[in-house]
Amino acid sequence: MQILQLYTAFAHTLGSMLKDVVPVIGLLLFFQVVILRKPLPDWKRMALGFFFVLLGLTLFLDGLETALFPIGRAMARQLSDPTFVHGADAAATAQPAWYAFGWIYLFAALIGFATTIAEPALIAVSFKAAKVSRGGLNQNGLRAAVAAGVAIGIAIGAFRIVTGTPLYLYILAAYLIVLVQTSFAPRQIIPLAFDSGGVTTSTVTVPLVAALGLGLSETIPGRNPTLDGFGLIAFASVFPVMTVMAYAQLAQALSRRRLRKAGEK
Amino acid sequence: MSASSGRLRPVASALRGFGVHVLGACRDLAPIIAVVVFFQLVVLRQPFPDLFAVLVGLVFVVLGLAFFVLGLEMGLFPIGEAMAEAFARKGSLFWLLVFGFGLGFSTTVAEPALIAVAKEAAVVAADGGYIELESASMDRYAMGLRITVAFSVGVAILVGLIRIIRGWPVHYLIIGGYLGVMAMTAIAPPEIVGIAYDSGGVTTSTVTVPLVTALGVGLATTIRGRNPLVDGFGLIAFASLLPMVFVMAYGMVVFG
Repeated sequence: MQILQLYTAFAHTLGSMLKDVVPVIGLLLFFQVVILRKPLPDWKRMALGFFFVLLGLTLFLDGLETALFPIGRAMARQLSDPTFVHGADAAATAQPAWYAFGWIYLFAALIGFATTIAEPALIAVSFKAAKVSRGGLNQNGLRAAVAAGVAIGIAIGAFRIVTGTPLYLYILAAYLIVLVQTSFAPRQIIPLAFDSGGVTTSTVTVPLVAALGLGLSETIPGRNPTLDGFGLIAFASVFPVMTVMAYAQLAQALSRRRLRKAGEK
Repeated sequence: MSASSGRLRPVASALRGFGVHVLGACRDLAPIIAVVVFFQLVVLRQPFPDLFAVLVGLVFVVLGLAFFVLGLEMGLFPIGEAMAEAFARKGSLFWLLVFGFGLGFSTTVAEPALIAVAKEAAVVAADGGYIELESASMDRYAMGLRITVAFSVGVAILVGLIRIIRGWPVHYLIIGGYLGVMAMTAIAPPEIVGIAYDSGGVTTSTVTVPLVTALGVGLATTIRGRNPLVDGFGLIAFASLLPMVFVMAYGMVVFG
């Protein structure tokens, strides 16, 4: 029964994915053949590649529905369950204080840190950044800065859902801090810092974090999923910008001090 | 890459690539599973609901991600990168911009994380009674979200390319984007703000980032006096700001 359901879901997803991938193929063919007027290199390999893209997309999205979304929702529900938050004997009707949800913040931060520190795109970017700065920045330090940014971001985002405070206030404050930092940070790190916000949120992390937010807003009394459920991904993209610039400033200050000391000797 | 001398060689290399990507997908999932298992065993100490279905789904996620990335590397990335470079060198500003827009648009439509989150947003909006609770109107809402995000990523790439050519500092665009986000937040219906802010981070993952970076770095390399490492970056950042603005506009139309 379950297998049959999976199969029909698979067939349905495959059909809709076909509609998604065809425009990409059409665009590439048009530009290659009509504008650049070049033959297709190795079209058999390309066709096989597109078949794999289609198959992979379908499997991945079905897997999200049956695994990643339920995991995020289940964790949110269990961690915000009144009997877990208060213990068995407490009154479940009362609106709990924000600090009663400590485990949620810890879970959010750990998910953010753990998924970011191993992100391949980030490893590549931090390697380049270390090269641009000519050794002023350390590759591992940079990765840690980004991961810490994501961790802090998602934890604060969870705090926002728990308290039900408006999202735009946090993002506005974050933007202001970023703007102030931009005027002080070393110039060559700025584009990289801004990009690090976009790089961090991988295909696996995004659905899980989204489900976590939606799950929290569904179980915590007084929260509305439409108004409170989203926003965690936004936090995960803004905060790394801050931590990366802060790290770059710190590294610059340290290397200046080292230079000055060397000069005194 | 040499022409295939044996008939089995492409199959063998595809299989090897597949194995590498299965490992890569496992590595992506491992930290999540580690944190979840730790919480289940140490903190919650409860049985996990529907464990079997979740495990099957995780296998799907790993296989799906592996096939997807392998397919991208075989089909999309080689031609995409070659074309990005060709357009960057061709010297025709018009076709470069058209290509940049098309690349941003079409890769974002196929971005898996965006497909997943848009679908979820439709469910939430329907449950909240903001759109009709039937699959046709939910599909329309999700598709509208994705088209909006894809359009704005296309525009962002286009503007970002002009920035590289003109040599504007990247933070001017970012500050402009921030102002746009804040102005739209003030007038957009509150139901759209959350998903609009999230759509920024969602857009830029597996498909878009490598191709867009190739285009930016390729262009910065061909223009004299540009540093590819400084000027080539920044496209992604702007591509995650503009969707916020456009999705809020979409919300004003839909929820208005």
